[in-house]
Amino acid sequence: MPTTNAIEARGLVKTYDGKRALDHLDLDVARGAVCALLGPNGAGKTTAVRILTTLTAPDAGTALVAGADTASDPMAVRRSIGLAAQDATVDGLLTGHENLTMIGELHHLGRKRARARATELLEQFALTDAGGRLARGYSGGMRRRLDLAATLVAEPEVLFLDEPTTGLDPRARNDLWDVLDRLVEGGATILLTTQYLDEADRLADDIVVVDHGRIIARGDSRSLKRQVGGDQLHVVCADGRDLDAVTEMVARIAGVAPSVDPAGRSVTAPVEGGVEAIGALADALTEAEIAVEDLGLRQPTLDDAFLTLTGAPPDEEARAPVPASASEEQR
Amino acid sequence: MSAQAQTRPTFAGDTWVIARRGLRHMRRQPEALSDATIQPVMFVLLFAFVFGGAISVPGGGRYKEFLMGGIFAQTIVFGAFGVALALSHDRNNGAIDRFHSLPIARSSVLAGHAVANLIRALLPIVFMSITGFVVGWRIHAGVLDILAGYGLMIAFSFAMIWIGVLLGSLVATPEGVQGIAFIVIFPITFIASTFVPTSTLPSVLKTIAEWNPTSSLANALRHLFGNPGGIAPPGAAWPLAHPIAYTLIWAAAIVLVCAPLAVAQYQRSIRS
Repeated sequence: MPTTNAIEARGLVKTYDGKRALDHLDLDVARGAVCALLGPNGAGKTTAVRILTTLTAPDAGTALVAGADTASDPMAVRRSIGLAAQDATVDGLLTGHENLTMIGELHHLGRKRARARATELLEQFALTDAGGRLARGYSGGMRRRLDLAATLVAEPEVLFLDEPTTGLDPRARNDLWDVLDRLVEGGATILLTTQYLDEADRLADDIVVVDHGRIIARGDSRSLKRQVGGDQLHVVCADGRDLDAVTEMVARIAGVAPSVDPAGRSVTAPVEGGVEAIGALADALTEAEIAVEDLGLRQPTLDDAFLTLTGAPPDEEARAPVPASASEEQR
Repeated sequence: MSAQAQTRPTFAGDTWVIARRGLRHMRRQPEALSDATIQPVMFVLLFAFVFGGAISVPGGGRYKEFLMGGIFAQTIVFGAFGVALALSHDRNNGAIDRFHSLPIARSSVLAGHAVANLIRALLPIVFMSITGFVVGWRIHAGVLDILAGYGLMIAFSFAMIWIGVLLGSLVATPEGVQGIAFIVIFPITFIASTFVPTSTLPSVLKTIAEWNPTSSLANALRHLFGNPGGIAPPGAAWPLAHPIAYTLIWAAAIVLVCAPLAVAQYQRSIRS
């Protein structure tokens, strides 16, 4: 079946121990596009990646990856993909070079070509000096880079990156983003999963928000932000007793019911025209002689996005660590 | 595309790549290798010099010569543990997923583990042979019998690998594998003719020991190497009178039963 899409999934369903991980998920990713699956833990992101990379069979639904059916021709799919799983699965007891060579050999490049490719990739990912050392001595950022290099060994058509920056410190995260930028420029089709809106925003043209195994919103970051409400007006009261009065003011200015965090004495609401809103709130606060600790605009977080899109914060139960047997993230 | 496949994919080729990885792991984890090297050597020395004097061999003969068949058998049975542990680690750290996202036959992952561990199993056999020789163990047999003895060890090692694969696929964590090894496999290797003749054991244990394949493997090796404690006189339990046949039956049965079960269980453990 000829198709211009690198990924075409239809009606994917997967249930683990009675819990729906995926609930009729449809997904199209055009060739050369970068698509981010955005959602909290337990939203079904990893399950979707596992099905598309042939690691798991769906209970229902079909998926084409690089033109091949994951169910009827998994080998063709595996020849065309690279997968960087959630916990960078580099082999700690092999050197960086050996890790990449092994993957190359298993892609049947031949040992000589696999070695040359490993050297090439180590250089590309600034790991040449570390290439002869055992990977268990690598830093988190180096492990991720090696893991990413491993997915590229056979120059795959479609890359799957499952939470590529989770667990990295901000600097390593930025470095990795730069690496991913270069991949994107190289024209690879990438499906990445993330819990961070800013990451999806930074890397992807196309953001798919998932929750409870279903797509609840999708679009480019601009249209999504419009849906989420763009800037957030955020104020922290100096005195918790002013909270009700401030909530009322914010509601009037934003035109929607704000979210209130009594413990943090904060009130937050999405606003259009951020500067006027902040001016109006400042005037109102001055007039009422209410002291604040903080007043400003901030980018919507994933929590804000969920609040706006689903009317509820991300499922706390789904966010909490679940036992290995019930957790798709552990598989 | 400069990095497309250039060699023809073969099951043997992929298996060997994964086996080489396993062998590298062993080389770089001397602490994990110690139960295949230092431990059996220590057992030879301990039993030869510390306990040996207190144990008498029925029908005469030197204890050091009786001992070696037992220690070979114990170490081979314990070999199941190494492959179970390696597999369990791979299942838990995502390595299996990485392999399964590659264009290789999935069975080559299991086969690679099996090959690496079979090679690993040869190591203690060599170490123990040398240590035994140093402390005074001697073989009193012809070349064919010696070859048969070592061949039997390799055959049983191969069988034990499938018990290890089954264990590694059934038990969720490396800690669990370690627990089972200590609670199940360890006693099995002791309630046998490993270190003492079965005739010295109390009745229930004696029956268990007589039918325990660890005993028959130990006795078969004693017989083939011309050491004391080989084939029991008429009237003994069947396994003790026919240790080689009984050991081969067990090896074949383990492979026939455990290999398909292990492959099925392994596939179940990864297929969700």
